[in-house]
Amino acid sequence: MREVRFKINGEEKVVTVESRTLLVHMIREQLSMTGTHIGCDTSSCGACTILIDGKSAKSCTLLAVQANGKEIITVEGLATAEGLHPIQEGFKENHGLHCGFCTPGMMLRAIELLEKNPDPTEEEIRWGISGNLCRCTGYNNIVKAIQYAGAKMRGAELPSTEPEFV
Amino acid sequence: MIKCKTSKEIGGMGHSIKRKEDARFIQGKGNYVDDVKLPGMLHMDIVRSPYAYAKIKSIDASKALEIPGVVAVVTGKDLEKYNLHWMPTLMSDTQMVLPTDTVMYQAQEVAAVIATDRYIARDGKEAVVVEYEPMTPVMDPYKSLEPDAPVLRPDKEGKTDNHIWHWEAGDKDATEKVFNAADVVVEQDMYIPRIHVASIETCGCVANYNKVDNHLTMYMTTQAPHAIRTVIALVAGHVGLTEEKVRVISPDIGGGFGGKVPVYPGYVIAIAVSFLTGVPIKWIEDRSENLQADSFARDYHIKVAMAGTKDGKIQATRFKVLADHGYTDASANPSKFPTGLFSIGTGSYDYNNAFMEADAVYTNKPPGGVAYRCSFRVTEAVHAIERITDVFATKVGKDPAQLRFENFIKKEDFPWKSPTGWEYDSGDYHAGLKKAMDVLDYDALRVEQAEKRKRGELMGIGISTFTEIVGAGPSKDFDILGIKMFDSAEIRVHPTGKAIARFGTKSQGQGHETTYAQIVAEELGIPAANIQIEEGDTDTAPYGLGTYASRSTPTAGAAAAMAARKLRDKARKIAAYLLEVSEEDLEWEPGKFSVKGAPEKSKTIQEIVFASYTNHPPGMEAGFEATHYYDPPNLTFPSGAYICVVDIDNETFEIKVRRFVAIDDCGNIINPMIVQGQVHGGLTQGIAPAMYEELIYDDQGNILNGTFMDYLVPTAVESPNWETGHTITPSPHHPIGAKGVGESPTVGAPPAIANAIVDALSVYGVEHMDIPITPYKVWKKLKEMGKI
Repeated sequence: MREVRFKINGEEKVVTVESRTLLVHMIREQLSMTGTHIGCDTSSCGACTILIDGKSAKSCTLLAVQANGKEIITVEGLATAEGLHPIQEGFKENHGLHCGFCTPGMMLRAIELLEKNPDPTEEEIRWGISGNLCRCTGYNNIVKAIQYAGAKMRGAELPSTEPEFV
Repeated sequence: MIKCKTSKEIGGMGHSIKRKEDARFIQGKGNYVDDVKLPGMLHMDIVRSPYAYAKIKSIDASKALEIPGVVAVVTGKDLEKYNLHWMPTLMSDTQMVLPTDTVMYQAQEVAAVIATDRYIARDGKEAVVVEYEPMTPVMDPYKSLEPDAPVLRPDKEGKTDNHIWHWEAGDKDATEKVFNAADVVVEQDMYIPRIHVASIETCGCVANYNKVDNHLTMYMTTQAPHAIRTVIALVAGHVGLTEEKVRVISPDIGGGFGGKVPVYPGYVIAIAVSFLTGVPIKWIEDRSENLQADSFARDYHIKVAMAGTKDGKIQATRFKVLADHGYTDASANPSKFPTGLFSIGTGSYDYNNAFMEADAVYTNKPPGGVAYRCSFRVTEAVHAIERITDVFATKVGKDPAQLRFENFIKKEDFPWKSPTGWEYDSGDYHAGLKKAMDVLDYDALRVEQAEKRKRGELMGIGISTFTEIVGAGPSKDFDILGIKMFDSAEIRVHPTGKAIARFGTKSQGQGHETTYAQIVAEELGIPAANIQIEEGDTDTAPYGLGTYASRSTPTAGAAAAMAARKLRDKARKIAAYLLEVSEEDLEWEPGKFSVKGAPEKSKTIQEIVFASYTNHPPGMEAGFEATHYYDPPNLTFPSGAYICVVDIDNETFEIKVRRFVAIDDCGNIINPMIVQGQVHGGLTQGIAPAMYEELIYDDQGNILNGTFMDYLVPTAVESPNWETGHTITPSPHHPIGAKGVGESPTVGAPPAIANAIVDALSVYGVEHMDIPITPYKVWKKLKEMGKI
């Protein structure tokens, strides 16, 4: 058993885990933060994506012990007392989710993407989220959600959220 | 613009209101089955067969049981003691829960390990030693029907071959006559590949049997919780799990698409173990297990033929299907429909003669097949008719759009009786295709294509103009295990005018919490924001058959409107009493009754509801609630006109979908934003089998792509920017004129894409390609044809 010390959503934690425990299982089962999901067993789907020291990572592919000394953000850490994070607002306003299972991972991946590239093109967004699978939305509205969040984060005019349903 | 009868504040039909369910999903507060954690809960993992067909010589669990934390290892022999080692499928076939002597497909469940956490359960699984005697599997459905094929189901008394059933529709003799006399006959073999729903959440459950109360609570990824409760009671009533002792809770579901309709062995084992131990048991599949063992769809081999005149009038069609069901027929169709609603395959065209037949066969593949985002085999049927229509158009030398316009059933000819007996409720196919062509500027694209061809560039345009059949269904024809396929709504309005409504369906992402509230808001004028929607708990929701086959809006959505209308009738009586006028003197506008000619004298719905609890008319029942079980008089027939434009690299044969326009007609629209979202998602699930996805097995029954590393679910890069639109032809028999939409895009997209690719390759003389059409397949085809 190993002791892991880290910060998650701003809170210091000390957790004892088996060496083999995957980070996603520690977050979901020991910390009972179930917003981070598991959709595959080959690091393909990205439902488990979190931020570690600001970088998006698939938490099914890291050991819990690798979180030692790191700062983690999960979906539970996005909204603040002031309200939703722009990416959450973007997904809601643009119908960027159906079943919601991929959504936490998709949003956390998008946050890193927008921090590196505040005004990405559609093409850059599509490649940027290509490590995260969504089976419901067909991605159109996820792209719009990320464009909306980008605009909001850089203080630009918000794009329309009306569906282009001619 | 879609016209709305209600204000934005009320938010009835036609408003793109934002989804009520999103707040929890975007904040990580959804409650999916793997999030359920009960005190004392044990975890289950499943030992699976590495062979597709083998005798089990022995199962040695001793090493597993030595691992601290492993509590039990359950085998078929253990379940046999309670007669729980077999279960019925929804198609009245039978399926092993755990085998006692033979495994029939790779990844079949062989034993279950119960342990204190999921890691120890996995350790235990690795330590179970199973000795097999492999046999040669039957993987080819045609070979399975040959006389020397081994009989795969000797467990079925008197079975001497691998044939499951034969099905027919239409008039064989009349159709043959037309074929024999026709100017032109085209025929094509096509294979609709075995694919997987691949919802991002896999299947799983927490079975919690309480020995003290003799009560089972089953948290489960199911699209049909009520039906599952009845099935549990039918299968396990003999051991005491009668229906009032069973509660099925379907929590938030991470995508279903038909894959969460059937009962899989894992659920049954978890229930059995919880029942025997009195401890909650959690079972959550891995992705690989999910892809390899559960929920396959399609796998239809179709020979389709079309007869017509030389100037392009369609006169008859003929379909012959071989359905590969794998080890057992574990489809989830209505009981009387072994091929589901395949007989919609005569399409959107006006002709009178068709004949269809299908045979189903056992092989050593996983059992199925589920109706994957499809109203029971409609996808297969639509692919066949839309592909052969293009083959026919090429043969008679007509533009595929023109040929379709000339053959469409006309708007004024509805209701229209199809050659296989369906009564199409309404449609305007000409308007849909015209709109799709206008959005793209079809004629300009054909000019561009001609110019590109001169330069040796490959560009294709493909059309699909499909008719769907959804909303199962009218109880005279449709049942599952004898239970009629109605659906239900119960509306309770509280004294302050806010409501809760419960349904027998179950959303898996479709947005029911929003759209059902909009239907009730439309009918009662109570703001959608004040209407809470609940589904998925059999202890609280009225009985219903669940959500699949685009049936929620046609059935439960109709029930919502009907229940609300019962309440509006009651509201009228109360308003008349309060305003001291007769009921006939009142007129309704959304949210209030007022006196005709004296609009200042009125009562709002909220005032009326309050009076129903505080000042109800003498002789009237107090309270404000209603229930309706809706049995539709007919199915609904949504339609669509899809056009796809592809560019193909003439050296690498990489295929790029440049544009894709989808014009859908799903009747009246409840929430345009959600309808559009459904279409986007279904289109990506349409490009998937058209270009990427297929479950592939070798001749020894090994799956070659049983993980997300190699089963190619489209990412945002493969998925193009979908262009969507609508026409509106209300259903004449549905209370709110809606038709259902979730499946149209999955059904309509594959043939549009295949037709576009074949159109591009027609310069080489290519007439047909089976999906998924990959660059390699294109290269191989052209190589075989000697074109490159």
